[in-house]
Amino acid sequence: MPSKYDYPPADKRSLIGKRITRLDGPVKATGQAKYSYDMNRPGMLIAKMLSSPYAHAKIKSIDTSEAERSPGVKAVVLMSKVDGELLWEGSEIAAVAAETEEQATDGVRKIKVEYDVLPHLVKEEDLSKVGANGKPSAEQTAGNPTQAFAASDVVVSEGYYGIDTITHCCLESHGNVVEWEGDNCTVYASTQAVGRVGGDLAKALAGEAGFSGVQPANIRVLTQHMGGGFGSKFSIDTWGIAAAKLSKKAGKPVKLMLDRDQELLMAGMRPSDYAKIKIAAKQDGTIVAWDSESWSTGGATGGTLPPIPYVFTEIPNRRLRHVAVMTNTGPARAWRAPNHPQASFLTCGAMTDTAAKLNMDPLQFFLKNLNLTARGDVYKLELEKGAELMDWKSKYHPAGQGSGTIKTGVGLAVGTWGGRPHDSECRITIHPDGTVLLEMGTQDLGVGTRTVLAIVAAETFGLPLNAIEVRIGDSKYPPSGASGGSTTVGGVSASTRRASIKALDKLFEAVAPTLSVTADKLTAVDGRVQVAGDATKNMTWKAACAKLGTSNISEVGKQPARDEGNLNDSGVGGAHMAEVEVDTETGIVTVKKVVAVQDCGLVISLKTAESQVYGAVIQAVCNSLYEERIFDQQTGRMLNADMEFYKLSGIGDIPDIVVHMVQGTYDSRGVIGLGEPPAVPPTAAIANAVHNAIGVRVSVPMTPARVLAALAKGGRA
Amino acid sequence: MESDNQGKPSQPAKKGFSRRSFLQGVGIGGGAAVGLSNELLAAPQSGSGARVVGPGPVRVALKINGRVHNLEIEPRVTLLDALRNRLDLTGAKKVCDRATCGACTMIVNGRAVYSCTTLAIEAQGKDIQTIEGFTTPAKMHAVSAAFVENDAQQCGFCTPGFVVAAKAFLDRHANPTMADVNRGLGGNLCRCGTYIGVRQAVLDAAREMRGGRRA
Repeated sequence: MPSKYDYPPADKRSLIGKRITRLDGPVKATGQAKYSYDMNRPGMLIAKMLSSPYAHAKIKSIDTSEAERSPGVKAVVLMSKVDGELLWEGSEIAAVAAETEEQATDGVRKIKVEYDVLPHLVKEEDLSKVGANGKPSAEQTAGNPTQAFAASDVVVSEGYYGIDTITHCCLESHGNVVEWEGDNCTVYASTQAVGRVGGDLAKALAGEAGFSGVQPANIRVLTQHMGGGFGSKFSIDTWGIAAAKLSKKAGKPVKLMLDRDQELLMAGMRPSDYAKIKIAAKQDGTIVAWDSESWSTGGATGGTLPPIPYVFTEIPNRRLRHVAVMTNTGPARAWRAPNHPQASFLTCGAMTDTAAKLNMDPLQFFLKNLNLTARGDVYKLELEKGAELMDWKSKYHPAGQGSGTIKTGVGLAVGTWGGRPHDSECRITIHPDGTVLLEMGTQDLGVGTRTVLAIVAAETFGLPLNAIEVRIGDSKYPPSGASGGSTTVGGVSASTRRASIKALDKLFEAVAPTLSVTADKLTAVDGRVQVAGDATKNMTWKAACAKLGTSNISEVGKQPARDEGNLNDSGVGGAHMAEVEVDTETGIVTVKKVVAVQDCGLVISLKTAESQVYGAVIQAVCNSLYEERIFDQQTGRMLNADMEFYKLSGIGDIPDIVVHMVQGTYDSRGVIGLGEPPAVPPTAAIANAVHNAIGVRVSVPMTPARVLAALAKGGRA
Repeated sequence: MESDNQGKPSQPAKKGFSRRSFLQGVGIGGGAAVGLSNELLAAPQSGSGARVVGPGPVRVALKINGRVHNLEIEPRVTLLDALRNRLDLTGAKKVCDRATCGACTMIVNGRAVYSCTTLAIEAQGKDIQTIEGFTTPAKMHAVSAAFVENDAQQCGFCTPGFVVAAKAFLDRHANPTMADVNRGLGGNLCRCGTYIGVRQAVLDAAREMRGGRRA
């Protein structure tokens, strides 16, 4: 049923869905934006952490006495205990706060630790070598796979698919600045959750000497800008707790940001996935059975079964077995669309190879099986649009065909994501001078949240964007959920729309007598409040607000809210296509073009939405070709915990990227999150394009060495 | 460590004390002792008059954005840490701390440098320009304006480094092609994936700086 809270229809939107320049652009592009790492508080100390040089060890003894006497050192705290087990290189042992960064580094060096070095496992790709660290963790059967694979009318495709772990490598490393005043504490946190880390910290400090009076309400969390999280920055983390203790101990503000090697070793990891997959399909392309034996690691806790078969979930006969492999490497943290990029790679890879075995174009094969998906209509629209934008018909050729040493190929993949909106409260205040204040305890990770809030409020009030003052990134504002899982935009847009409509209703009541109509006859457009259907009866926004006399209007809107509009939904689809060039002499893969067709319901901020998709594709170019955590099983160490050899793509590595947002068709569903969805298919699409180019399957990352090895193994070198 | 008289132009970069040239010396010499004896230790013994300073704090004068700042810092302090930790100039970011990612880019004597791998004492007598020196939200330089317009930032942590590197690049290459931009900004890394916007921003800024109109 239509509601006054619903977003305006397409022909009435002046800001929603338009290309609007982001609000946080000027402060970022001039270096004025202050991140946690940039905070310099009066008298502030800088802290550094000692972390484990071993992948697996027990602490026999720790001696911090020399560190405590070191020049400039004001406080030392232990983060592990004697007899404590360290399960990965980089595990936290102690932290030192000193007057200068250099003195803190010296202090850390003076901590003496004796270790009992224990056996470790840091590599999991070869399941035969993981021993007792591999534990069967899941087995699922549906239908009758044995019978389906044995049927005489099916073609069976069998292959091995591998995708390694990656690390988040946030440019602003994890960390905080903590400052105490009595029992009250301010945390400048590099976080995706200003509403959560204060409670986490209070809980961690409860029962610790000197912190008995600390409650969650004593802790204020501030995050105006945040230098990258991608799912890895929800917790206060051990180093946040250590910073709080150091600060209390020293009686001064303390900044503790991870060093780059620590950031790469332990502050972010996307699980791996390896699988032997069999698919049975009829000659016409109909998939009838799936069989997979998979394994993965998420570090010390092992790795979970990815959601396979992915998107094509309704394959009637399925058997899945999974082994979780515990490795002595930094623990998994959520990475954009946890487990989905891997699942897309495994499924779309195996499907592409099945199509090749059937001598079918994978585009036709995917279209043929859309009845096995939950949103066939979305994928059909997107695959057809993608094929047109990629010029698929003229570029596709059977896998491995083509002459010369430089081979070209195209590949495709699909993805999905939920993105159910998180809870959110928005407070809108209209002042008698006409200014509008929006307050919300959310955070803008750089995805455009500020801009989205301003667009929704300004659209509702018929005002220009700059008429809305947006205040976020502070736990004292009305609570809003953590920014993860693409839950933010749906939640915050809805609470803002509802608060704005409620506030506007109040304003209409105040000015209705002046315009000699009832409040329900009024609208707000183009900076005026006017009578609907009679634009001559109007007053400027400013004049209307002046009618408030000396009192403000202050209204709170909430998500969820029953009977207050159809403002959001969950569940989207995306289809990506990639074109690559593979040099079969050097093994170098170059991505030439990527087409990303993405649905996310109603788009609020088109420009920043497109940037999310561009960014996701670029990250996929990185992790498909360059990013590789290189471990040495002999020593248990990561050999490239730095940015020189843990490679991100540079500006010259980026292909032509065509982003097509599906607008209009699914607007009535409301707003659906977009952070995760475009991060799902591109790696699989690039990997499938490489397969199309050279006719053999290469594990991700598809480094030159791996491409050459796959060519040699496949007899194509 | 040694230091020339404050205020005088220092020796060419390759004879200086950046961590990178130090490391190179080690690599070429095959050992720290060899590298040190060539570059550092031999100088005072040769009677050249050069002064040994440190390891404690020494007075360092830095000319930043046209203004001289006097600091008491240890000779090992990098230019980046001197500005971020002592002068609250935090536009340049500390990210890789190893001259890889360019988030710390500053312009020293007209050239883009990685300030994380430049010692503050070595930057004495040089003209140091940071992002704070040429662009503000109220009066944006053409490069910043083009970054905003082209949505060439997401989290924004790499952005100041890119803006400074782009300005230094455009100051020397007024009319670049896309391929030139790819090479000229190849020393900066972004994690969110803003390169599409960055490329267009640099091309737009070049046109603006030449006095041309935007397409």
